Amino acid sequence: METKRNRAFYFVLLPVLAWLMILIFIPHIELLVNSFKVDGQESWTLENYTDFFTNRIYWMTLVKTVSYAIGVTILAFIVAFPVAFYLTKVVSKRYVGPLTMLLLVPLWVGELITIYGWMIILGDHGIINQFLIDLGWIEKPLPLLYNDFSMILGLLYMSVLFMIVPIMSTLESLDDSLIEAASDLGAGKWTIIRRIVIPYAMPGIVSGSIIVFMLVIGDYLAPNILGGKSSLWFTEQIYNQFLSTFNWNEGAAFGFLLLLISSLIVWIALKVSGQKLERVGS
Amino acid sequence: MKKIILIGVSALTLTTGILAAQETLRIITWKGYTPKALVDKFEKETGIKLKITYSNNEEMIAKLRATRGGGFDLAQPSQDRISFVQKKFPVYQPIDYSRIDTKQIIPSMLEAVKKNSGVNGKGYAVPFCYGTTGMIVNKKLAPGAKDWSDLWSPKYAGKISYRLKRPLLIATAFGMGKNPFALYGDIKAYKKLMAEVEKKLINSKKLVKNYWTSADTQKANMRSGDVVVESGWDGIGWQLHKENPDIDFIAPKSGALGWIDTYAIPAKSKNVEGAYKFINFMLRPENAAYFTNKEGYGTASVGADKLLKPEIKDNFSRSFSKTDIDNIKWHPPVPEGFEAIESKVLERIKAAEVK
Repeated sequence: METKRNRAFYFVLLPVLAWLMILIFIPHIELLVNSFKVDGQESWTLENYTDFFTNRIYWMTLVKTVSYAIGVTILAFIVAFPVAFYLTKVVSKRYVGPLTMLLLVPLWVGELITIYGWMIILGDHGIINQFLIDLGWIEKPLPLLYNDFSMILGLLYMSVLFMIVPIMSTLESLDDSLIEAASDLGAGKWTIIRRIVIPYAMPGIVSGSIIVFMLVIGDYLAPNILGGKSSLWFTEQIYNQFLSTFNWNEGAAFGFLLLLISSLIVWIALKVSGQKLERVGS
Repeated sequence: MKKIILIGVSALTLTTGILAAQETLRIITWKGYTPKALVDKFEKETGIKLKITYSNNEEMIAKLRATRGGGFDLAQPSQDRISFVQKKFPVYQPIDYSRIDTKQIIPSMLEAVKKNSGVNGKGYAVPFCYGTTGMIVNKKLAPGAKDWSDLWSPKYAGKISYRLKRPLLIATAFGMGKNPFALYGDIKAYKKLMAEVEKKLINSKKLVKNYWTSADTQKANMRSGDVVVESGWDGIGWQLHKENPDIDFIAPKSGALGWIDTYAIPAKSKNVEGAYKFINFMLRPENAAYFTNKEGYGTASVGADKLLKPEIKDNFSRSFSKTDIDNIKWHPPVPEGFEAIESKVLERIKAAEVK
């Protein structure tokens, strides 16, 4: 009996381990080794990493990418929280399914298509500008596309759902009587949200934030297409190292710096919010 | 359990067996270079199934480098991007010109490509088509746009677009009255010139609407009317002209940039035979003419010009005067190490704040 269960256990475990080893672990080791080498030299070197810190353009781009990613994460929370609360606590149970489905629709068409959709909406001759001009409210089209505004909108749109779903799943288990009790004891709306709902939803908020932050910091399309002239994203710089400069070693070093910095930020966020990764991850 | 595995294994061998039965040819190419009608015709004629991947020069090099010349049976890099790649990471195999139907190819172009793609006296490419990078202009809204320097003219502020890639740096240098190709032998002087180009493009950044990134965004810019002057490829400009006669391709006064796209065979091609068949097929006059009639780019095929539609010939004569043709600056092979300089310049331009 015992051995049989063990065999089944290993049978399930094996593909997982194989997946991790072959597709994630081994390529990363090769990249890591590459990041300490320079083309045409056998010896190990830190040159690729020092390059990053001595060129202002490289670390500035990373700083910018990280701060924008944090900003988008906060915005995503502000947008997602009321939606999640509405879907779990306010709306009749009958509509929750269809409404959640509607939220998922943009994911089905893929990021590139939604980005082109935003281009049609935001362009100088796009839907919004045309509408405002037809109404006579503005004479010249508003610059909505190809700037930070459109880039943040695009990033937010593709990532906000990953904030909504975890918050919803934690709020679902929140007993309504807790809210009623607080209200009976004289707590106002804000107090209830601040002292009861948000603390209760914290694991969901933190796991949503981690996903959104990681998605945004590693995104390539939205900054590249919607971002316009000055939106150099760090992923684009990695892409350039691999594809334009053919300097894979430096590209690998940049990739590891991105991994390191984003892991560090997630760790700090966990510490600050007092959450544990195991709890957030479940 | 064993039974399931057995079924699984046999199913797997069966499907791979079926897949192997049909001969395939995997091509990495540019969008538009394999028109559907020609693909169908080729498959019917030879029984070889085509698997097409769309790409561009940078990605083609990176993909072939990653696999050390495997994964594809045929590639279509530009002629100036072959020899330095081949010297550094041998991803292609030499072309056996005796297997190419060279009678079908314009001799001067074949010679030039053979020479430019050459490493140690061996040629690595066969010309397929050519075209130029110039400007696409909305003649109604920007009647005065004539030269590269109009890409930083305050007259068209906010209605200018270009692709932030190496041809732009070269175009800007020509627009400033310099000749970057003449400095290909002198990396120091080239670096200095690129610094000037960088300054020019950063200072004029406020005039630019966006940086286009593909043929699609290039078209979308002009169609929407958001942009009136942009850098662009002749074929795209002529396609837009067909939709809207106000839009057209022009050859800048200081010289359009000429490129030739080729066929090259990756080192680990699994279907060399099929690759040669496809090259000879695509350069057959009637097929080459079909391609040019559809996409607008010039062809390296010798007999195709008799089969071209009059509107295609019109395009060319409308955009290029005799002096414009003589003034086309053909891309010489890029020396090694130059793209690293250019890449840094491009990054700094992209990251620069708008002043």
